[in-house]
Amino acid sequence: MLPAADASSPAAVSDPRERPPGVAGPSPSVRPDAVPPAVRAGSGRVGAAWRKRLTIVAFLAPALALYVLLALVPIFQGGFYSGFDWNGLEPLDEFVGLQNYRDAFADPVFLASLRHVFVILGLSLVLQLPFALGLAVLLNQRMRGRALLRLLFFLPFVLSDVITAIVWRLLLQPAGLLDNSMESVGLEGLVQLWLADPNVVLYTVFIVVSWKYFGFHMILYLAGLQQIPLELEEAAALDGASRFQILRYVTLPLLGPTIRISVFLSIIGSLQLFDLVWVMTHGGPVGASHTTVTYMLERGFERSQFGYGSAVAVIAFLISFAFALGYQRFVLRRDVAGALTAIGG
Amino acid sequence: MRRRFARTALLVGVVALVAASCGGDDDDASDSEAPDTESDSGEPVTIEWWHIQNNDPGLSLWEDIAAEFEADHPNVTIDITVYENEAFKTAIEPRLQAGDPPDLFQSWGGGELSEQVDAGLVRDITDDVEPWIGDLNQGAVGLYQVDEAQYGVPFDLGMVGFWYNTDLFAQAGIDEPPATWDELLDDVQALKEAGITPIALGEGDKWPGMFWWAYLALRNGGAEAFPAPGDEAEFASAPFVEAGEQLQEMIELEPFQAGHMAAVWDGAGGQAATMATGGAAMMLMGQWAPGTMSANSPDGNGLGDALGWFPFPEVTGGEGDPTDGFGGGNGFAVGADAPPEAIEFLEYISTPDIADRWGETNSGILPVVVGSESSITDPNLTDVLDARAEAAVVQLYLDQAYDPELGAAINDAVEQLYAGQASAEDVAQSIADAAGG
Repeated sequence: MLPAADASSPAAVSDPRERPPGVAGPSPSVRPDAVPPAVRAGSGRVGAAWRKRLTIVAFLAPALALYVLLALVPIFQGGFYSGFDWNGLEPLDEFVGLQNYRDAFADPVFLASLRHVFVILGLSLVLQLPFALGLAVLLNQRMRGRALLRLLFFLPFVLSDVITAIVWRLLLQPAGLLDNSMESVGLEGLVQLWLADPNVVLYTVFIVVSWKYFGFHMILYLAGLQQIPLELEEAAALDGASRFQILRYVTLPLLGPTIRISVFLSIIGSLQLFDLVWVMTHGGPVGASHTTVTYMLERGFERSQFGYGSAVAVIAFLISFAFALGYQRFVLRRDVAGALTAIGG
Repeated sequence: MRRRFARTALLVGVVALVAASCGGDDDDASDSEAPDTESDSGEPVTIEWWHIQNNDPGLSLWEDIAAEFEADHPNVTIDITVYENEAFKTAIEPRLQAGDPPDLFQSWGGGELSEQVDAGLVRDITDDVEPWIGDLNQGAVGLYQVDEAQYGVPFDLGMVGFWYNTDLFAQAGIDEPPATWDELLDDVQALKEAGITPIALGEGDKWPGMFWWAYLALRNGGAEAFPAPGDEAEFASAPFVEAGEQLQEMIELEPFQAGHMAAVWDGAGGQAATMATGGAAMMLMGQWAPGTMSANSPDGNGLGDALGWFPFPEVTGGEGDPTDGFGGGNGFAVGADAPPEAIEFLEYISTPDIADRWGETNSGILPVVVGSESSITDPNLTDVLDARAEAAVVQLYLDQAYDPELGAAINDAVEQLYAGQASAEDVAQSIADAAGG
């Protein structure tokens, strides 16, 4: 704000200084001191309006340009490429219509990758989020070491996905740290080939994903919990409500907006799950841990089927897009409306 | 999908090929705008070079060689980028799609190079290399030809074979490496009975398992059995179905280390590390195995003297010549816009001196400059070299010989065999189908 105000005043000051020589040249005799002020005032008002518009455009343009260039254009490009049988190198001349889409829905590996995504999504909603919520409620109490515990639980989220995947790959090796730890406490009967068994690997992936992301949801819930005025819970307690009743009838309803956002982020995260899986399992063995995105990358970049990969990308995009729109329209409506009203008022 | 590459790229005669016949015709390399006669003009030139020798000694040797070339050519800067094998395949793709390949980049030749030629991404260097390409092993040189024009230069050619732990074989009472497939299965049994994991496999990377299947098919049907581009439906034929059945017989013995379906070749807990730490008695792998094993062992020495090598055994009743090899090597393709200095650099790395220095590292790079074979002193590598010299035919790795789509389909189909999810017929048929589609 300040620089803009500063910039306008020197301009206003410099105008009259620069103008006299220019005006003086063509018409020195015609009442030079009467006309210029009116012109100056008018041009100043128009200038202000223009400057305001210019400011908006100037501030909007970089973000808009990036969004159009890096989000919208690739989406339409992907849609365009998905109509071709194309290896990424040769000219785009083999138009196949919707054949890539038909191929995708006929490929058991692709259908399995969709199923995997929904398994992880479902498990996240049923297990990961309630776990994070429970921890948040616990850590919202006054207790010794609370800050340290919050920090510890949040720590995995700070790690990059790739580091997480590499560390877990090491931990999960046959006879690795996890297997040895389980054996030392008498759980050797439960040891699995965590990453090598096609029947187990998806659940291993889910555990690692949860380990990485529950801290994030916990922090969201903690922030939400701290928005809830203490008086409400105190009042309920005075009225004789048990702790469970307070949680059920006061805390949770007031935490609603936070939970809805957390569910939204969790679902979108599951639909886009990639880095962890790619580094940890590469979608294998035999495609048993492919997500739609790892499948897309594998077909596109490793098999050079860029047309087909684009079709898969479009399908994944449409699923995410439809979900995001529907969720905002039906679930987040009240939250979003509240936010907009607040801004308007 | 166009598959126009010459059959020479697929079936490589390694020995006794008439060297001169591989030279180019009077193809005018019309793409190359820069005249290659006066290249030392003094104009500053940067050569962008991507290679995959990411472990020492190779890593340092390439650095030294680049530095020497720069010293001799003060106007040239060589900008080196090093990738691990798998990472390279992912990283090169966007550069190729952008139509901006590095000036020199790792290439295995075959189907992938052919696609790059079709897309006009690589430079026809037939005339530029004509004076000296005859000094190289013509089988290796042929891998980098498409329609009889040269697009790259090899520096390494080897063969896949068995690397084994002689101590563990002795412990299981095996005195001689197996000469037939049935003997190999017996040895697997003997090792298991001695409480030793017989075979290390990194099926998480998929291609290590494909080697087994492809080698068995080569023994069953000979190199002629491998379909020429356009005839891939023949992958459903008997040699390939039988290969699946033979491999299945071995898989049912459960010979692999725990977690082989997720293990990689090069990396923690992977195939190379398992072998290098005595965790398994043998593996099927190419000439680069000793180098990777050293890099994946705690003391950096791999198995040391306990490492032995034997060729893939004969399959009784098979039509293939038991000396035929399955393998390939390494080389560099030349980007379409590469400066003439890049080709001069290729000439430099193709001199006997450089080849000898590669050989002396005994790291598994088997130089292709004729006469440099004697620089290799490691007994296992000389075994590989002998086998290479004896082989009438070396079949290129299937995931490189064919285009990437079919190559990946072969790897995926064979992976199902290891996971016990498909029959030998299913595997052969699904490869044939993938080729048709």
